[in-house]
Amino acid sequence: MKRITFAASVVAIGALTLLPFLWFMLTSWKTASEISAIPPVLLPSFHWDNYRSAVEKYGVFHYIANSAIVAGSTTLISILIASLAGFALARFRLCWARFYLMLLLALSMFPQIAIAGPVWRLLNFLDWLNSYQGIVAAYISLSLPFAIWVLTTFFQELPYDIEEAALIDGCSRWQALRLIVFPLAAPGVFTAAILVFIHVWNEFFFALIILTNPALQTLPVGIALFPGEYTMPWGEIAAASTIATLPLVALTLIFQRRIVQGLSAGAVKG
Amino acid sequence: MSNSRDPVWRFLLPSLVFVGVFSLYPILESFRLSFYRMILTLPWLGQKFVAWENYRDLITDPVALGSLTTSMIFVIGTTPIEVLLGLAMALVLNESFRGRGWLRAIVLIPWAVPTVVSSQMWRFIFNDRYGFFNFLLFGNATQFYWAPLAEPGLALMSIMTADIWKTSSFAGLIILAGLQGIPGELYEAAGIDGAGPWQKFRYVTLPMIKPALLLALLFRTIDALKVFDLVFVMTQGGPADTTNVLQFYGYKKTFAEGMIGYGSAIAVTVFLVSLLLSILYIRMLGSGLLRKEKPA
Repeated sequence: MKRITFAASVVAIGALTLLPFLWFMLTSWKTASEISAIPPVLLPSFHWDNYRSAVEKYGVFHYIANSAIVAGSTTLISILIASLAGFALARFRLCWARFYLMLLLALSMFPQIAIAGPVWRLLNFLDWLNSYQGIVAAYISLSLPFAIWVLTTFFQELPYDIEEAALIDGCSRWQALRLIVFPLAAPGVFTAAILVFIHVWNEFFFALIILTNPALQTLPVGIALFPGEYTMPWGEIAAASTIATLPLVALTLIFQRRIVQGLSAGAVKG
Repeated sequence: MSNSRDPVWRFLLPSLVFVGVFSLYPILESFRLSFYRMILTLPWLGQKFVAWENYRDLITDPVALGSLTTSMIFVIGTTPIEVLLGLAMALVLNESFRGRGWLRAIVLIPWAVPTVVSSQMWRFIFNDRYGFFNFLLFGNATQFYWAPLAEPGLALMSIMTADIWKTSSFAGLIILAGLQGIPGELYEAAGIDGAGPWQKFRYVTLPMIKPALLLALLFRTIDALKVFDLVFVMTQGGPADTTNVLQFYGYKKTFAEGMIGYGSAIAVTVFLVSLLLSILYIRMLGSGLLRKEKPA
């Protein structure tokens, strides 16, 4: 009896989390008449027209390229900056390290709208609206609190002995970070990078206000603003959504252990 | 400890610059702008200092008050359910059984799906003519089909459903970390004292994961106050402003209507509400949690 209840809850959790998305994915291989059929058609005829049209008519690859550029450069730069800061916070005995970490935690809690107007004006002043550098700058500052927290935690867990020996041998702090701490902490740095990448790839609010030029828009904006007021092109939306999501699902499945660790050990922000 | 060859500030400066320019300054600027009247896209018309007028307008604006209520309903209606579902997930994932790795991977999927994608997905499921939700309720009797996203009572519930689907697993992961930190001896000791499974859960598990539960609740609450993507894609705040949450209203005022002064007053309000909630939760948690995470 107990085993049956347990098995039932395993199945229920799996089904409730997986089925809605699976249903949407299956929609991407359906024809228009299969999509609007009542009763619903469970298995699609697996035709690829929606994908062709999502790519050719709606330019999905174009949005993907923008997302990859923006998420890739944000991840690279913010991990670099956060490693420097995390190293300093973990290794130098700073009386205000705790204050800085608390400030970062507080900043990561603020709703985006609390800074959206001034950020827009600032980027407008710099003439950085509708530019990669504008959105990347905004994203770096959004990801820094999380990245710094996670990396500080990882750096603290590293043994200090090797580093100390190197410092005694005349190594500079900078060399210690570059040659010892960074390679040792590589798994942690990588985890932080994946989490930042996923977060930025999915970000919508700032992309919406900063990138109004379709040529520069990222994937979430493209999917949210999918054209079609009265009859929605559900097949194409589902196809584009599948393309947008599969890389993330793949990343998540490959690195699930690390992601779970990073989210719970750092447990700062989602 | 500092080394004269490379002083501390060099390591911290890049992060301080970004955080200062793109987070700290904008927040202070939002506070300042909330006392002015100006049009976002027409800055040359100048900014006029209006003191508390934006805030006076805010408390007499029925849409703003409705928006605050909607946000509160959203927070109260989603976060406890997300934490409870997360607890259920965590309890199951904490057992060892065949296929556990698979289940943990599956549970991560809603978290990895972009919110915009899950918004379109639920919009499709709640479609008024061929959505799966209607089929579940009414089968082939299409004459009874609802338009959940166009019904004032149902639209908010639809969005809440989508949010619960997307974020319960995040709550689950935090709680799972808490569960895994419970030493096995505690259960052994309770077993020797004759505790059954329910008593073990009630007197060992629950007290031990209380910090994790509160942490999950805190993160979910702060995030629920920020809800935007779901509303933007699924309802645009409608029907009749019933899903017009604070963050969406602030966006509309600032960017669609260009009223950055008034929009900033809304932004400051959202900011204060989330600050208040954070302080409240942190006091409830006690300082234990923060002390644990504090760097050496």
